[in-house]
Parts: sequence; C-alpha cells; structure tokens
Amino acid sequence: MKVLVAIKRVIDYNVRVRVREDHSDVDLTHAKMAMNPFCEIALEEAIRLKEQGIASEVIVVSIGDKAVQEQLRTAMALGADRAIHVSAEGRIDSFAAAKTLAAVVEREAPRLVLLGKQSIDSDSSQTGPMLAALVGMAQATFASSIKIDGDTLSVTREIDAGLETLAMSLPAVVTADLRLNEPRYARLPAIMKAKKRPIEALDAAELGVDVTPRQELVKVELPAERQAGVRVHSVDELIDRLRNEAKVIP
Amino acid sequence: MSEARTLVVAEQIDGRLSAAVARVVAAAAGIGAPIDLLVVGSQASQAAQQAARLEGVAAVICVEDSAFDHLLAENTAALIQSLAGPYSHLLSASTTGGRSLMPRVAALLGVGQVSDIIAVESPDTFVRPIYAGSVVATVRSLDDRKVVTVRPTAFEPVGEQDGVDVANAASTGDQRLARFVSEQLAEGERPELGGARVIVSGGRGLGSAENFRLIEALADRLDAAVGASRAAVDAGYVPNDLQVGQTGRMVAPELYIAAGISGAVQHLAGMKDSKVIVAINSDEEAPIFQVADYGLVADLFEALPELERKL
Ligand SMILES: Cc1cc2nc3c(=O)[nH]c(=O)nc-3n(C[C@H](O)[C@H](O)[C@H](O)COP(=O)(O)OP(=O)(O)OC[C@H]3O[C@@H](n4cnc5c(N)ncnc54)[C@H](O)[C@@H]3O)c2cc1C
Ligand SMILES: Nc1ncnc2c1ncn2[C@@H]1O[C@H](COP(=O)(O)O)[C@@H](O)[C@H]1O
Repeated sequence: MKVLVAIKRVIDYNVRVRVREDHSDVDLTHAKMAMNPFCEIALEEAIRLKEQGIASEVIVVSIGDKAVQEQLRTAMALGADRAIHVSAEGRIDSFAAAKTLAAVVEREAPRLVLLGKQSIDSDSSQTGPMLAALVGMAQATFASSIKIDGDTLSVTREIDAGLETLAMSLPAVVTADLRLNEPRYARLPAIMKAKKRPIEALDAAELGVDVTPRQELVKVELPAERQAGVRVHSVDELIDRLRNEAKVIP
Repeated sequence: MSEARTLVVAEQIDGRLSAAVARVVAAAAGIGAPIDLLVVGSQASQAAQQAARLEGVAAVICVEDSAFDHLLAENTAALIQSLAGPYSHLLSASTTGGRSLMPRVAALLGVGQVSDIIAVESPDTFVRPIYAGSVVATVRSLDDRKVVTVRPTAFEPVGEQDGVDVANAASTGDQRLARFVSEQLAEGERPELGGARVIVSGGRGLGSAENFRLIEALADRLDAAVGASRAAVDAGYVPNDLQVGQTGRMVAPELYIAAGISGAVQHLAGMKDSKVIVAINSDEEAPIFQVADYGLVADLFEALPELERKL
C-alpha cells in the first residue's frame, strides 16, 4: 500500500514573526524555516505504517519554490522512500495545494494520503478536506489514532467535545493532530545520505494546475497588545482586585 | 446567484442548536445580505424552530436525516453543494465540525475558503488571525462565492425575533464514504469551555492528574469551566477537549485564570482575548505575565487552595 504525505515548509514555530514596515505581508527574510509540525506527525505515522508492514512505500510531496527541497530531504532522512517537488512560485494557498496534490494523487494512486491538520503559518486547516473532495475520497481530520484493517480505516478524531471515531474504506485522506504520535529525530548519517538522493521534479503548470491565490492579502498587522497588568502580592490582594476593580467575581 | 444571500450552516445536537450559531449569524449580519439558516441531522426540525427565532434570519431550511448527524463531512458537503445555488456566502462556525466541512464544501464549489474570521470588513473582505494569532491579516476573497468559517468568540450572539418560516429540503442521503462509529464526550456538570464566563486553566506546573484536582476545585467554587495547556493534556492530566490554544479551543471568557502555565504563543493564541487574565506562576519571568492583568508570583500549590478557601 502506497502512502503519500504532504509536507509544507513554514517558519519555525519558535520564531517570533515580524511584519513588514509597509504592512504588506510578514517579513520572513532570514527567518529559520522548518517542516510544519503537523506534517512531521503525518510523516511519522506513515513511517510507522511502513515499519508495521502495512505501507509498502512512503512518498513525500511538497509544493513551492526550490527551498522546499530542504524539507523533502529531511523527510527522506526520517524514512520516506521517495520525494516529489512540485515547483510553484509565490504564495501557495490551501486550495492551490489541494488541487496540486489531487494531480499527484492521480499519478501515484496512493491508498492513504496523510497531511497535517493545519499549517502553523496560515492556520487555515483546509487542504485535507479540499483534497478529499477533489479526489472523491473519504476524509478524517484531526486524527489522534488510526487503525488499518485490510481495506478499512478506523480513525479517532479530536473534536471540540471530546473524541469521535469514524470508519471508512480506503483510499482516504487523513489529517494529523498533535497526539497522533511523537515524531522521531533524523540521524546524522541518514541526513548525509538524504543529501544525495534524487528528488522527482514536477511543475504545477505542467500538471495543469492554476495556483494563483484566491485571496488577496490586503494588509497584516500586529494584534493590539494587551496592556501589561499589575503584579499582586498576595491572594488577598488578588481577590480584592478581582472583586472591586475588575468586578469579575461576586 | 443574482443577488447576495448568505447561508449559515448550523450545528445542532439532539435537537438543540449549538450556542455558536447565534454568533455566526452576527458575523453574517455584518455582510449585509439576507441570511438563511441550514439545520440538518436527526431532530433537525426541533432545532430549526430555535433557529427560526434568531434575530436577522430570513428563512430556515431543514433537512432531517441521520446521514448528517455529527455533521459527517462527506454527506453534509454534498447536501450543501446541492443547495448552494442561490448563495453568495456560506458560513459556519470554525469548530472542529465547521473546519472539516467547509473546506470540503469550498472545493466542491471550486472556490477557496477563508478560515476563522474575527471581523467582517465588507462582503468580500475579512479579518483573521494567522501565525497563532501573532499577526492579524485582512484578506479579500477573489472568488464569486465566499465560503467562510467564523470564530464564534469574536462575535456577540444576536438576539431573538418572532419565528420565521421553516422549509424542508430534499436530502442527498448517505454518500457511503464514511460512517460514524462512536464518540467519547466529556461528561460532567461544569460549564462548557466555549461558553463559560470563567475558566480556570492548568499547565505542566500542576505536575500530575491528581494535583489537577486543585484546578477543578477552584473551578467548581467559581462555577467555571476547566481548561489546560497542551503540556498538561500530553502529560495525561486531563482529556484533549480541554486544551486551549492554537490547536485547541479558542476561548474569550470574562475571567481566565492560568496556573502553572508558562504562556507559549500557541497557548496565548487561544485565550488572550479574555477580558481579564490572571496568571499564577512561580517563575516571575514567565511570558504569561506579559498578557496578565493580574500576575501573582507564587507557588500554585499554596495559592490555589488559599484562593478556593477565601472565595
Ligand atoms: C504546532 C504546535 C501547536 C501547539 N498548540 C498548543 C495549544 O493549542 N495549546 C497549548 O497550550 N500549547 C500548544 N503548544 C505547546 C506550547 O508550545 C507549549 O509547549 C505549551 O503551551 C506549554 O505548556 P505549559 O505552559 O503547561 O508548560 P511549561 O511551558 O512547561 O510551563 C509550566 C509552567 O509552570 C510553572 N510552574 C511549575 N511549577 C509551579 C508551581 N509549583 N507553582 C506555580 N507555577 C509553577 C513554571 O514556572 C512554568 O512557567 C503547541 C506547540 C506546537 C509546536
Ligand atoms: N505547499 C504545500 N505543500 C505540501 N503540502 C501542503 C502545502 N500546503 C499545505 N499542505 C498540506 O496541508 C496541510 C494543512 O495545511 P493548511 O490547510 O494550509 O492549513 C499541511 O500540514 C500539509 O500537509
């Protein structure tokens, strides 16, 4: 069973994001970039499926400029068998990513497609369900556990009210939530080896996909800072202030 | 689709409308077009009566069919596609239900989607947080149909009106792609995180599931909901549905008390719109103090029981 994992390159989650002076966009010059944390989890799950003998091949794909090859190499160092880079310039929004991934799914015919539940830059959380719709597959978002039994996939999802379990037949699209697994780290020899591995090159335009963003970024701003509050020195003072100043407790 | 018209997709459980719907309708009102509400699933007709009384709703469409229970995305998206014809805007709450459903709807309609908006600037321009809320973006949708999810806490719920008409629409049935198996819902008498006036939240500083009782005891004293950081959830102190933050729940209560939580941006993303924030932390450098209205540098194992006793 082939498993396809979609990998996005994003700003490292520890980096404090800056806004350009003209507010046209965020400023990512010299920012440390990394694999989207939820994609790491999706990839880890695929690798575990391979280790369990359920997956036969793990293919990673990323859409973007040349820089995304860095994350594809990381993915191969972690255990992906094969990498595909679909080149496309500029901002790739979720719908563009989904359409491109749909074209890759058509070529590769994976039984399972794993994505992150959300990109930590755009926080859009759309690509998985969009892809599932475009290829007519079932979807399971926010997965915290998956079980594959023959042709049936059973997924436990993290929903607002708790947990929910769905069943579906393969092929299907699954998006990974935080608690699906804990990703491993790449080992140095594997990283060195991955540097020499080939990456298959595709092009969004050649795949017939229009990646023009469907949304125009009008402006970006830093949110209104909260006024730094006061330090209270005792529980009594805290209660007094909550009661008489903020008036939020009776 | 000749004129602007908005369809709000409502969530309901056991015939009761989700509290978020009145807030999504408020966001829809900001678009300025007539608003229809879609209520689906078992007992939908009961929830539809409630929906008909939400201020500003022009008509309610009801499809009572268990195929749409739990807002099962494959079935519900196909239904919405069949109903989408007259609508320029399709909205739902950015709950886990809405966030699974609406991108699927958008792709079926061949358009992009705008996630988790916190303000409506104009019928095509919306404000939404990105980068875990450390940046706020204004985006203009270039699609002819706008498919949008709304952050409920960013909008005040609309009031009531005399009930409008409820019309039944044809079901598109079960697409036979996926099936609901079971759910494990948080039980208990505490208020739900999304609607709570007060939230008491605990982090890794609590140290164990047993110690988390301190948070629960204070919450009960304040008639509050219980929240948690990701670290507390990952360590198994509490179930996942209590996680507040970028990848958990977005909350904005009157009072948010954070104890033993350092204040990582991913946590702040979910709670920094609270009206009053209290932080209790033994580390005076903890970033949570930068957003706290009242910061108490203290050992939570002393401060929490004292608070509970004195309230
Ligand atoms: C992609 C991604 C998404 C994430 N999403 C979320 C999310 O949605 N929500 C979330 O919360 N996190 C999220 N995180 C994790 C986040 O980055 C932090 O790791 C997490 O919030 C830390 O939890 P914490 O504050 O409980 O733990 P810590 O950072 O370990 O802080 C514990 C705090 O307790 C204090 N403390 C310890 N003992 C005591 C005591 N006796 N008395 C008083 N104070 C004490 C310490 O001083 C410290 O400040 C995410 C991370 C990533 C990468
Ligand atoms: N440019 C991209 N290349 C590869 N995968 C992507 C890309 N954009 C989004 N994805 C996938 O979709 C997931 C969710 O992204 P989003 O819907 O944009 O929040 C990510 O975690 C990736 O798995």
